[in-house]
Amino acid sequence: MFEEKQKRSFKEWFHTYEGQKLYVSALFLLVPLVLLLTFTFVPAFNMIAYSFQERDQFGVDPQFVGFDNYKTIFTNPDYFITFKNSLYYLVGSVIQQIVALLLASILCSAIRAKGFFKGVLFFPYLMNGVAVSIIFLRFFTKGNPPLTQEGTLNGVLQMFGIDPVRWMDAANPVLVNCCLVFVSIWRYIGFDIIMYIGAIHSISPDLYEACDLDGANPFQRFRYIVFPSIKPIISLQLILAVKGAISVFEIPYIITGGNYGTSTFVIKTIETAFKKKQVGLASAMAVVLLIIIIIVTLVQKFMFRDESEVEARESAKKKRLKMSGKGAA
Amino acid sequence: MAAAGRSIKEQARSGRLAVTVLKYLTLIVGCLVVFIPIVVILLGAFKDGKEFANTGVFELPKSWSFGNFKTAFFEGKVLLGLRNTGIILLASCAGTILTGTMTAFVIQRFDGYFTRAVKGLFLLATLLPNISMQVTVFRIVSKLGLYNTMWAPIILYVGTDIISIYIFMQFLSQISVSLDESAIIDGASYPRIYFSIILPNLTPAIATVLIIKFVSIYNDFYTPQLYMQNEKLLVVSTVLYKYISSTTIKWEVVFAGIILCIIPSLVIFLSLQKYIYSGLVSGSVKE
Repeated sequence: MFEEKQKRSFKEWFHTYEGQKLYVSALFLLVPLVLLLTFTFVPAFNMIAYSFQERDQFGVDPQFVGFDNYKTIFTNPDYFITFKNSLYYLVGSVIQQIVALLLASILCSAIRAKGFFKGVLFFPYLMNGVAVSIIFLRFFTKGNPPLTQEGTLNGVLQMFGIDPVRWMDAANPVLVNCCLVFVSIWRYIGFDIIMYIGAIHSISPDLYEACDLDGANPFQRFRYIVFPSIKPIISLQLILAVKGAISVFEIPYIITGGNYGTSTFVIKTIETAFKKKQVGLASAMAVVLLIIIIIVTLVQKFMFRDESEVEARESAKKKRLKMSGKGAA
Repeated sequence: MAAAGRSIKEQARSGRLAVTVLKYLTLIVGCLVVFIPIVVILLGAFKDGKEFANTGVFELPKSWSFGNFKTAFFEGKVLLGLRNTGIILLASCAGTILTGTMTAFVIQRFDGYFTRAVKGLFLLATLLPNISMQVTVFRIVSKLGLYNTMWAPIILYVGTDIISIYIFMQFLSQISVSLDESAIIDGASYPRIYFSIILPNLTPAIATVLIIKFVSIYNDFYTPQLYMQNEKLLVVSTVLYKYISSTTIKWEVVFAGIILCIIPSLVIFLSLQKYIYSGLVSGSVKE
């Protein structure tokens, strides 16, 4: 009797919204949470643990080595050079932002065939990374194994009567890195253009009108109206560029395989793990990358919380002014 | 006075003209920079072996034959790559939509300590750098016996995709809770609310996620390269990578392969242009 009552009440409870909430939560979250733990958090903890060990791929007989792996990353020039290489990409993304901003503001002005230009400039972003890399292998070199004909870029130069240049020259890592940065800009700039176009379109048209009434030229208009309005997005992009620069992987991995002094931090990590099979050291590198990303994210959160607070305060002030204005009227 | 006024006006007009010319010039140069590297590939794809080796990059092919495309498609395994990529895409999109909307539904609608903790976990996971995490993910994937199966990329694409959950959550927060409440008054259960109210209302978010998923999975190189070494499991990216890592390269066939692999992206871009712009931008605003 008592048991039956208990049972019924459980059943009843099960059908109440409280009970439903519980079983729906459990049911709906089961798979995502299991996946999240297995493929994100367990490997993350392993990564931290392994980073203090010397271990191979199969984890046979791992040795605890303390901070030795971390010391290697920051003292061995073979590893440390990758930080230097990411500076190329950092400078590259500053250039990328400037060019993207220029193109976006042109695309926002009165111009014909806007859709066409926008589409062409954006399309590389949608292209397969391996395809892009092979296209630029041909762009810069004769190909490997070498063909007799010059690559695309030298073909263009020859049209203007300029002697061909060896772009992928092992003796000139600065040039090779610059070429790779160019490819990276070529591939990703379309996205920034679209983002800046969106930001510029969100500026109130009243401001433009006022600007036109004052007879400002396009440069003044950009300097005093557009730039201040989209400054938060630009600084966000520049912060994210740090993340991007340290995480460069695909383009140099496919085009040069990280040779000619073009290795990046992530390429080095992957090589260390899967070619040299030093999982401990690779884990330490992954942890370093994680720490850099956390720092960047914190900076970003900190700066943008600040700015949005300032904005909120200002808009509140404006509202108050408006109110008082109304009151006076 | 009048003369000075006119000259200022003229100056302004000629200045405006110069600016316009400069604008178009910049855009045209930009487009050339995009086009030239691709056009060379397209021209090369139509040349035969000898012709390819002996003509300059900008020389037009003697005849426009599709022989190289045929070779790349069948012998060059582009067909296989497209098929495998297609299967992986379908499975991971279905998985992401189902798990993503469910997770977002629970987190967004049932506010409590537990759901807030779950939300925090997902937020934390966005920080972890995907590629270098593979150092330790690899061991787990092979221990689960997923190495060299299509399940490896599918499960990773579904299980580590947190951006989609955020997009779903953002959309959900715009769907009024009063919809749920009126359904509750009518006696609908939560699963019923999810399937007949939330899911249909999330259609625009699902479209956005599908676009982001297509671009990222179709173009992903590293996951398939690491987890599917089997010749039968080649996807679009790894098919192309195989070409350049082999010692006997027929460049004209490689170029035809590249063009074939770009065509699906081009078709999707041309047909969904508007949605792609807005979809990808909204995907990036997760931070």
